[in-house]
Amino acid sequence: MNLKPETLQQIDAVIPRYPVKRSAALPLLHLVQEDQGYISPEAIEWIARKLELEPINIYELVTFYPMFRQKPIGRRHIKVCRTLSCALLGAYHTCAEFEKHFNTYRGEVSPDGEVTIEFVECLASCGTGPVVMIDEQLHEKVDPARACELAVKLKAESAQRA
Amino acid sequence: MPEQRRLIFQHIDEPGYSNDLACYLRSGGYETLKKAVARKPEELIDEVKKSGLRGRGGAGFPCGVKWTLLDRKSGKPIYLVVNADESEPGTFKDRYIIHQDPHQMIEGIMITCFANNVKQAYIYIRGEFPEGARILERAIAEARAANLVGPGILGTAYGCEIYVHRGAGAYICGEETGLIESLEGKRPYPRIKPPYFPAVLGLYQCPTIVNNVETLCHVKHIVAMGGEAYAKIGTPNNTGTRILCVSGHVQRPGYYEFEVGKVTLGQLLHEVCGGPRPGRKFKAVIPGGSSAKVLKFGERYKGKRKVGVEMVDYDWGLEDVPMDFDSLALIGSMGGSGGVIVMDDSVNMVEALANINAFYAHESCGQCTPCREGSLWMKKITGRMVHGDARPEDGALLKSVADQIAGRTICAFGEACAWPTQSFVQKFGDEFKGYAAAKKAAAPDAIELV
Amino acid sequence: MIAPPQPELITVNIDGRPIAVPKGTNVIEAAKLAGVDVPHYCYHPKLSIVGNCRMCLVEMGMPAVDPATKTPVMDPATGKQKINWMPRPTIGCATNASPGLHIRTTSPMVKECREGVMEFLLINHPLDCPICDQAGECKLQEQATGYGRGYSRFIEDKNVKPKRTQLGSRVTLDDERCILCSRCIRFCKEVAKDDVLGFTDRGSHSTLTCYPGKKLENNYSLNTVDICPVGALTSTDFRFKMRVWFLKQTDSIDAESSVGANTVVWSREGVIYRITPRQNDAVNDTWMADSGRILYQAVRSPERLAEPTVDGVASTPDMAVNAAGKLLVAGATAVVGSGRSSVEEQFLTKRLADAVGASAHLVGRVGEGDRLLISADRNPNVRGALVVGLIKELPPARLDGLAAAIDAGQVKTVVSVGEDLAAAGLTAAQLAKVSVIFLGTHRNATSAAARVVLPGLTVFEKNGSFVNQQFRIQRFAAAVPGPAGATDDFQLLAKLTAAAGGAAPAADLRSLWSLMAAAVPALVTLRHHTIPDTGLLLDGTPWAGLAFAERETLHYQPAK
Repeated sequence: MNLKPETLQQIDAVIPRYPVKRSAALPLLHLVQEDQGYISPEAIEWIARKLELEPINIYELVTFYPMFRQKPIGRRHIKVCRTLSCALLGAYHTCAEFEKHFNTYRGEVSPDGEVTIEFVECLASCGTGPVVMIDEQLHEKVDPARACELAVKLKAESAQRA
Repeated sequence: MPEQRRLIFQHIDEPGYSNDLACYLRSGGYETLKKAVARKPEELIDEVKKSGLRGRGGAGFPCGVKWTLLDRKSGKPIYLVVNADESEPGTFKDRYIIHQDPHQMIEGIMITCFANNVKQAYIYIRGEFPEGARILERAIAEARAANLVGPGILGTAYGCEIYVHRGAGAYICGEETGLIESLEGKRPYPRIKPPYFPAVLGLYQCPTIVNNVETLCHVKHIVAMGGEAYAKIGTPNNTGTRILCVSGHVQRPGYYEFEVGKVTLGQLLHEVCGGPRPGRKFKAVIPGGSSAKVLKFGERYKGKRKVGVEMVDYDWGLEDVPMDFDSLALIGSMGGSGGVIVMDDSVNMVEALANINAFYAHESCGQCTPCREGSLWMKKITGRMVHGDARPEDGALLKSVADQIAGRTICAFGEACAWPTQSFVQKFGDEFKGYAAAKKAAAPDAIELV
Repeated sequence: MIAPPQPELITVNIDGRPIAVPKGTNVIEAAKLAGVDVPHYCYHPKLSIVGNCRMCLVEMGMPAVDPATKTPVMDPATGKQKINWMPRPTIGCATNASPGLHIRTTSPMVKECREGVMEFLLINHPLDCPICDQAGECKLQEQATGYGRGYSRFIEDKNVKPKRTQLGSRVTLDDERCILCSRCIRFCKEVAKDDVLGFTDRGSHSTLTCYPGKKLENNYSLNTVDICPVGALTSTDFRFKMRVWFLKQTDSIDAESSVGANTVVWSREGVIYRITPRQNDAVNDTWMADSGRILYQAVRSPERLAEPTVDGVASTPDMAVNAAGKLLVAGATAVVGSGRSSVEEQFLTKRLADAVGASAHLVGRVGEGDRLLISADRNPNVRGALVVGLIKELPPARLDGLAAAIDAGQVKTVVSVGEDLAAAGLTAAQLAKVSVIFLGTHRNATSAAARVVLPGLTVFEKNGSFVNQQFRIQRFAAAVPGPAGATDDFQLLAKLTAAAGGAAPAADLRSLWSLMAAAVPALVTLRHHTIPDTGLLLDGTPWAGLAFAERETLHYQPAK
């Protein structure tokens, strides 16, 4: 496992927070995913060994929780809330707008590798819906016009990186 | 216009207020904790009992009673788990406390821990609040550095550690025993009760309190002003304030903190939130998070209810219903998490239900038969109605399936996924019967909900 | 006989009838004691309780008591104490007997609960009955018939999941049939101590799986097939071979080790198709090892001895016995009995040994126990030999004593009852020095070197009993007939004894047991047919000083 030294330090710091090692499974999965971008089979087995568990015990978690992914995604992660309050304010149209801009469909990596767009369930900001999270940033009141602005911004950011 | 009472949300979105310790101290922060650790723990529990505080996470269970049920004789360590998983659709209050006023919650946590002899607390925060988790870690570190958290706080022998634990996108982790299983590193399958009541066999099979973020903030205020004074706020058996979160088809959606029961649904939606969107009329409202039964505008409710010690008549239109736990339960819904979702006459109720059913089918943990199979079946029916062929009998079938789930499951998710279907079909049955015809006649730019 | 301790009894009421049950009994078991069936899937008496199938929902009530005065509240209609029935049903598996507990299993609420759960279980369940091995012993079929609504209202698309996964070399998994009861996961974790199975994904898409790359290979994997209520987990060996309703069930004992796990042998028209465990709460609960299940494959092995031979030439049983008799009366005979023989055969071997004036040798088989259901003693019945007096000490692994005697010229003839002398340490040279009379079932070095070969029967083809490590005598019965050229071992041993000049003992089970009861102190009160199905503990104190090899296994602790 090619984890960064900081990641390994954080992993070693988090395990003693719990009287039972198994509790550190979720924190370790988050740390590894932040480090590697996704959870590989190697990561599952590494975490299992680290916590003295069987690989199935970790695999069960990775497939249960939607935030963990087993394959890499686009460089930017666009999560559109689809639950009732945001849907009432047009979330499905917002998502379609993003998909159009990046020429991709939900759940896939866009052809230029830049984004993955997903529906997620209620993000707990219903009063300012439709709500979108791009990576770790929350964006509020994202109607199709605002989605268009955000998409343009993302593309500009990607061009700067190139 | 009914006045808000910003007890918990006093500083939310206040210009100049920041989420660091220095700012919190400037506004009198941690004074209550200092007073609390000089008192007997039993006294603090007593204050909470006298206050009549009911949980703000959704169940509305009396907090003082919950603490009293703790098994204090087992010899095992007692844990506090803070439920910061806020995932009930329509709810967005704990978010603000965590991001903008975390120390208020931490003070509430420490007071609760001191009162219940807890030496270790975990904050289970939903994975989708990554910034919130960082803010909490910083706040706890600040508090630890100031001897307000950790071993031996404020010069006393009492100590308690708080750790932040991030979830990863599962609504069922908001269920207290599902949360505990998740915290233990397992699949978050809620436990059967009996025998696994958290107060007796909770985290690591030790006695555990699970409390909501907002509830713990109320604890701080209760200890500050005294339980009796707190009980005078709000209405009998529905004391204190609560944060109502209004979303959907109103002019001014957002958070509003009122004394419980001192604002009616009509006042909230028409006066506080500015009424419906231009050219629209209110059609339906879900008053307590999407798990609550839907209420139809135009409904009336009549009967007798207990006020104090007397039985009193009530004859309410929907707008007259006070926003408190008991009244909302009386008229066939619930106060729940305080998430008020408003739908106007642009909404097709079949499609709204399809959206809700998709949520529950997605979030069902899959442990027990009725919820696992029933939630997906209901989603498939409403999905077929919207995207395929709707039959007139589908509404009755939906209700029948929902009736087979509620009351038969391991946890309250069974009720949560059944109540929307039961109430939507019961109150808007005609829309379900006539959906196929209505779909053909629908405007092409109608909003897509599923 | 050693009597079990008496439990404390509590009176509960099931469907109007009071019944006293031991403290701690759950409602499913209490109902069973009352003759009432409470259907269930995920509950298993030997596994932890999870309460996830919801099929065992029943109505529960407690006697009404005035909260202030604690006096009973009476029901004027019945004149009896009023029962407060809970508005919500409760699961029977997680509800334990408490004084005054009232249960209803036939009310409309319970009927609706069962119909609801059955409907839910069937909506995504594939209509595989015609091709599914579980048909005929499928809990879903049985309970749908008994408690289901009888028709389906589901017109949507069913979930699709992996359908033919090889979970390991012996177990095949069909995920679409799985009802997610988690019995297999709990078994592997709690009993087999091999935490290798789990659920992936969530909700209705949850899928039973092994971690990719890992396998369900432990030596108890087939128990998951037994306990799977549906045809999700099936035995790869048994797959598509036979419909279970054609099979005859015969009680038997696993001869793999001195644990003596109780088994059922399933056969049709003389052919065995599978072996499954039989419940014995004192020996093996409801489990057995995979390695014990495949033992039936030896019955039709090409190495099976098919006919008696004398000096390599095919013969008849009587002629072969005669030939053997001539060798025996010549004297200087050694007798090698077996820890794999039944108690009855060991008794007859003793008679034979007495007739030829020899003491008997036995071959020990000590290996590694697995602390579960395979003990360190791989002979199922060494204690039987002790009980009937065939041997007085525990047998050594090698027949060094016999080898020395042969080399010293003291032995001219060796009778081996089922033991391969070469495997037990005799060299080819030593074998060549003696005349061997071999009673056995399969060809080996000894049968090849023997002058007289008398084919006998495997444990599946004869009746008898074994004494296990607990000194529990347990019966096994013949499931299938032996091959045409084989003879019942009682007959062979009795005739050999007669041919050797001794008194011919009885060769039928009943008369033999009368003899045994008269001659063997430990068996004096018994007859074969009075031994209970779960066996009977004998008094093992006369042999308490011996250094038995077995260490702890399920339901067995070695004496300190």
